[in-house]
Amino acid sequence: MSDNNIIINLKNIFVSFDDEPVLKGIDLYIRDKEFVTLLGPSGCGKTTTLRIIAGFVEPDNGDVFFEGKRINDVPAYKRQVNTIFQRYALFPHLNVYENVAFGLRIKKWPEKDIKAKVKEMLALVNLSGFERKNINLLSGGQQQRVAIARALANQPKVLLLDEPLAALDLKLRKEMQTELKKIQQELGITFIYVTHDQEEALTMSDTVVVMNNGEIQQIGTPEDIYNEPKNAFVADFIGESNIIDGIMVKDELVHFNGIDFPCVDKGFGENIPVDVVIRPEDVIVSSPEKGQVKGTVESITFKGVHYEILVDIGDCKWLIHTTKFAEVGKQVGLSVDPFDIHIMNKSSVPLYSDDAPASEE
Amino acid sequence: MTSKKVMALPYVFWMILFTIVPLGMVLYFAFTTEGGGFTLANFAEAAKYMPSLMQSIWLGMLATIICLLIGYPVAYIIAKASSRSQRTMILLIMMPMWMNFLLRTYAWMTLLEDTGIINDFLASIGLPRMHLINTEGAIVLGMVYNFLPFMIMPIYSVLTKMDKRLIEAAQDLGSNGVNVFRKIIMPLSLPGIISGITMVFVPAVSTFVVSKMLGGGEMLIGDIIESQFFGATYNPYLGAALSLILMVLVLICMTVMNQFSDDDEEALLI
Repeated sequence: MSDNNIIINLKNIFVSFDDEPVLKGIDLYIRDKEFVTLLGPSGCGKTTTLRIIAGFVEPDNGDVFFEGKRINDVPAYKRQVNTIFQRYALFPHLNVYENVAFGLRIKKWPEKDIKAKVKEMLALVNLSGFERKNINLLSGGQQQRVAIARALANQPKVLLLDEPLAALDLKLRKEMQTELKKIQQELGITFIYVTHDQEEALTMSDTVVVMNNGEIQQIGTPEDIYNEPKNAFVADFIGESNIIDGIMVKDELVHFNGIDFPCVDKGFGENIPVDVVIRPEDVIVSSPEKGQVKGTVESITFKGVHYEILVDIGDCKWLIHTTKFAEVGKQVGLSVDPFDIHIMNKSSVPLYSDDAPASEE
Repeated sequence: MTSKKVMALPYVFWMILFTIVPLGMVLYFAFTTEGGGFTLANFAEAAKYMPSLMQSIWLGMLATIICLLIGYPVAYIIAKASSRSQRTMILLIMMPMWMNFLLRTYAWMTLLEDTGIINDFLASIGLPRMHLINTEGAIVLGMVYNFLPFMIMPIYSVLTKMDKRLIEAAQDLGSNGVNVFRKIIMPLSLPGIISGITMVFVPAVSTFVVSKMLGGGEMLIGDIIESQFFGATYNPYLGAALSLILMVLVLICMTVMNQFSDDDEEALLI
């Protein structure tokens, strides 16, 4: 934590609204020039965390540090961060030029510097020539770009983005993801990005912070979060997972669905109840006699790259992604490599969704 | 399309009957003699009431400015309050409006009279009596009192509809409280200010009850027009000409103001 590279540090942050706890002890540090995503379902506290950094919400308890200085008492307008708001919040009475110039005018920049900066920013977001356009006549994607230009014109050290792409259609969203990432790398500033879209988080981030119920569940690189989820919530929220009740028989051996499976985890103790997480794409489908377990294909859905099949193995169902077609009603064998079985301590946190197909009924 | 036109017919009829026809009549009377011939004499005669007209515009402007200075902060405070206290405050502002305009003005008469409640109170605590009624101040007070809600309501309604995130965005971009007000809240509430000014200035300029009851002998243009339609001074031709002049002047005032607000939104602040 003595890292000089740390630009924002949140320590033990608690917030409640109307006696309803929203953040319960958030500890988070963010390195300079990092692309960090706060990811979680709605109501998990990710936007509140962002607003604390921006200065719009005051924590009930805990400290906010910016470049090592405590900024709890610094009002929003004096902080060296800028925000891109969910629905952009562009000023409807000002044109594109004046929107982008807004922060610079407050700082009393000379007119010719403002002109040059606005020009540079509009070029950055591919809106050159839009200076005199009326904000209200722009498309959603263009408004988004103006919002980016307006925030970046102030040369913030940290840019806060609150679900900035949520209002755009899928294709535009993908384009903007790439573009935002490119801008972040070009300008070399810290991005703190809030989203509930796990795919967006995995695509863009250096670090993903998974949140639920006002608590941080896991912090890690996208690969870590996906491949080594720390608990069943993360496993369930990031991608799809089969989460099965199991018992850790001993090191490297876990018992679930009536069978002992070899695995690679150890240190849980003996005969301890655990959550077993298996990614749908890690299940190998074979003929009934070759599999570790047998089951009946209950449904099959074509998903483009793969088929999604649901296999009933008696006491529960497994969700499987495979490129091979399997007929409904047919018996198949299923097996999982030891390193694809992820063992987790029983989580006290409720799972994100109740549609996890593998939970025992 | 046709069914919509049919639906609009009663309103069209209404407009013709109560707006277009009366306007036509004003125009007709303003340019005719008693015998029915065309004349400009009515305007020549109207010219001698110019001082009254100017006085009316002056007092109307004064009342409008005072209403704006009082009304904007009130509207702003109400808009910022919790929704429950908003309802209470709006109710308190609207309540006097439930009573007749004449009665309300009568009430001010009894308050302001030389032997009225205010002066009796001053006397009772040993202060000298003040001459309040039958002054220009009393007229402006009456106008402000009667028309203030028409300034508060449109401004309040614009302020409550304002997107709170715009204020946050302005703060985010470095604006302190003063700048947020000057650059965001003020320009965005301009439509409310314009309609407030219109709704106060237009009736204030042409009022005759207030000046008659609180202004003593003071004859504002509204009183002069009124007197052309009753009693010994009956002269609807002159009355129509005066009305026409007043209408045109108000129209010019409003146009100038709208122009002015389009060009420079901050100028109104001063």
